Amino acid sequence: MSTPVQMTPPQASKKPAPHAQKEDAMLLQKEMINRNYHELATAHENGRKVAATFVPGNLNELVMCFDFARSLPETNALQNGMRKKSGKMIMDAERDGHSEDVCTYVKADLGMMLGGEIGPTGEKLPTPDLLLLSYTGCFTFMKWFELIRQKYNCETVMLHTPYQGDGKITQSMRDYVVKQLKQTVIPTMERVSGVKFDIDRLRQYMKESAKAEDDLVRVLQSAKNRPSPIDGYFGAVYYIGPIFTAFRGTPEATQYYDVLRREIDQRVREKKGPITPEGEMAEEKYRLVVEGPPNWTSFREFWKMFYDEGAVVVTSTYAKVGGVYDFGFRHDPDHPLESLADYCLGCYTNMNFPQRIDMICRYMDEYEADGLLINSIKSCNSFSAGQLLMLREVEKRTGKPAAFIESDLVDPRYFSAANIKNRLESYFQMIKQKRSVAGVTAGH
Amino acid sequence: MTTVQQIMERCQALFEDLHFNAVKQWKAAEPGRKAIGYMPVYVPREIVHAAGMLPVGIFGGGDQLEVIQGDAYYQSYICRIPRSTLEMGLTGRLDCLDGMLFPSLCDVIRNLSGMWQILFKDKYVRYIDVPQNYLDSVGGEFYIQEMQVLREDLGRLAGKPISDDALRASIAVYNDNRRAVQELYAYRARKPWQAPTSEVYLVIRAGMILPPQEHTQLVRDYIAAVDLENRPKRDNARVVLTGSFCEQPPLGLIKSIEMSGCYVVDDDFGLIHRWLLDEVPVTGDPLEELSKAFLHRSNQQASKYDEKKEDKGKLLVHSVKFYGAEGVIFAAPSFCDPALLERPMLQDVLSKQKIPYTAFKYAENTGQMAPIREQAGTFADSIKLWSAA
Repeated sequence: MSTPVQMTPPQASKKPAPHAQKEDAMLLQKEMINRNYHELATAHENGRKVAATFVPGNLNELVMCFDFARSLPETNALQNGMRKKSGKMIMDAERDGHSEDVCTYVKADLGMMLGGEIGPTGEKLPTPDLLLLSYTGCFTFMKWFELIRQKYNCETVMLHTPYQGDGKITQSMRDYVVKQLKQTVIPTMERVSGVKFDIDRLRQYMKESAKAEDDLVRVLQSAKNRPSPIDGYFGAVYYIGPIFTAFRGTPEATQYYDVLRREIDQRVREKKGPITPEGEMAEEKYRLVVEGPPNWTSFREFWKMFYDEGAVVVTSTYAKVGGVYDFGFRHDPDHPLESLADYCLGCYTNMNFPQRIDMICRYMDEYEADGLLINSIKSCNSFSAGQLLMLREVEKRTGKPAAFIESDLVDPRYFSAANIKNRLESYFQMIKQKRSVAGVTAGH
Repeated sequence: MTTVQQIMERCQALFEDLHFNAVKQWKAAEPGRKAIGYMPVYVPREIVHAAGMLPVGIFGGGDQLEVIQGDAYYQSYICRIPRSTLEMGLTGRLDCLDGMLFPSLCDVIRNLSGMWQILFKDKYVRYIDVPQNYLDSVGGEFYIQEMQVLREDLGRLAGKPISDDALRASIAVYNDNRRAVQELYAYRARKPWQAPTSEVYLVIRAGMILPPQEHTQLVRDYIAAVDLENRPKRDNARVVLTGSFCEQPPLGLIKSIEMSGCYVVDDDFGLIHRWLLDEVPVTGDPLEELSKAFLHRSNQQASKYDEKKEDKGKLLVHSVKFYGAEGVIFAAPSFCDPALLERPMLQDVLSKQKIPYTAFKYAENTGQMAPIREQAGTFADSIKLWSAA
């Protein structure tokens, strides 16, 4: 499944762009990411074990209790996508027998292994000692780690998160996840790491998580202001990076979100728009909600299509893929395992379709959006299957126009800039027209 | 005695009827009867049956259904079965169903469960989650609870609770059905020239529509009738066909494989009939027994987690050996994540065992059979050449 995360600022496009403006928090995040890659690269020589896991259902606080260095294969794939390395990796995996029809995150990861496991920063990544298969919201995860296990014979432990088929989390679902944590996940981690589980250590990390989550929510919800001080999709992938990955629960993450919140609060006070790679956005013309992950291989080009037109994404479902915090959930140190279960169960793609549609409609209203844009990702059926119904339903319920574009996560063959640009331009025209019609009607 | 021709005509009619008239007739025979649809691969049909309802397998629209509305809901890179299933729903063909069950299989079918909730608000809809943790005290308890919810829901729909005795009786009915289907598979493996897969497949598909007792009788009638036939034995390659557990290949594709010189001696079509590998005890707590059967004695398939690396492909290799196959055909629907992600791992296992294989993709409405016939024919020839050497 597609998942967001830690990103270095986008690389320069072919035309030399103006000096990329960055928030302090972006720089801080870049340092954190690079440090984590270095820690991973040197983990084994420093006597540390390595655990790999996925972003949705990421049990970072728990994994840290066992001193594991933490690797997230989706993040590696997207980082390689941003650095234009994923295309070759995907083709290498296809030549090795993997179908052209399946998830390109998986193939980018397998292709990276075939190429000697050189990570995005150029350092060799270690073979994981443990694959923590957090099976949350995406079936492909299961096959992905089975494929890695097949190749490297890594120890694998499954955490099966039931799907919210009826649109709710039941006690039975919560109990099932907690029992797995107690009876299989924690004992396996103890055995592989040689570190005994300490629940107070977990509680401490979760306290840090909750603080960071408060700040993250405040940042994401700042987009309810006019103008929005952030871009809730392209900008948000920087903001969610630390908390969705190897940093949730660390004091560095708490510090990062504190710095970020202060920066954004300041921007709200100054009534400033979002910072784009080409500087602050001057005029906010369109406010959009976006469903679906971004394309990483042409991330900056994609973003530019929006800010050039004065379109700001006020919120996105993708920024909830590693945890839905804006409706009140926080990691709870008083109920640590139950809270981890609720976190896994509540991730965006683990919500059923009616819930996802309700959430988008609520966003459209609360963020005063002009419309919904769906970026449908070929690789990610978890997100994509059914999005055309979502589009109809949201249009029907909100009366706002919705549009549909298609791309892929990290396969450059599936990003057609001209097509997407055309569609976006037509869409912005449509919004403008709707507004003028509404204005005329209101005038009457 | 019923002849093979009569049986096949009946099966063919059931297979081709996308208006599900047999279901309508079953319902009309007694007032208040209800039918519940289910998609591949597995749901505990015993619970539906114990509620006095007819479980109806919805396995897509095949190659005879023109999909118009269904296509409007899916991008080009999504497989075909959800499109044709929606098409059938939106055109009223599934109105005879009082509910639909969507098993835990892949993201597409999972999301379809929510789409169904939105599009068919007056129907009962349930996503059937199955455990990927196989401890009785963990995954087992969760699964029992999931089944209990289904039992209570269907009890309400039926107007009376489902008793333990009713469940036990239904377990016995399905035990017998599984036995009959196993007999059929064993017979085909022994004499594939007598029971071609193009016929066996239709007999299996009939089990998606008929009440289980009736299907059990049909299977046994077919075995008895076909054994009386005198059909020519050919020097075909014996193959196991795998990857077709959800969206089904067109019947023409199965025929093409056979015409190209292959005897299919095992397959994963209609896997629900053989999902549980042996008898479910009819004593004790019925849901607990169904859970144990699922956790410890059920089939291996791509949507089910293999706890250990060495388990991967175990049943496939067993099937090759047990049924005396000489090779494996991977036939998966286009864009089928579980089958296509699983395939390289299974191929790796087969390579280590020196079992030859070939692979292709299809859609339920694939019309061009020549490339598949050529590929399967070349595969069969190469098997024969190798075995001759």
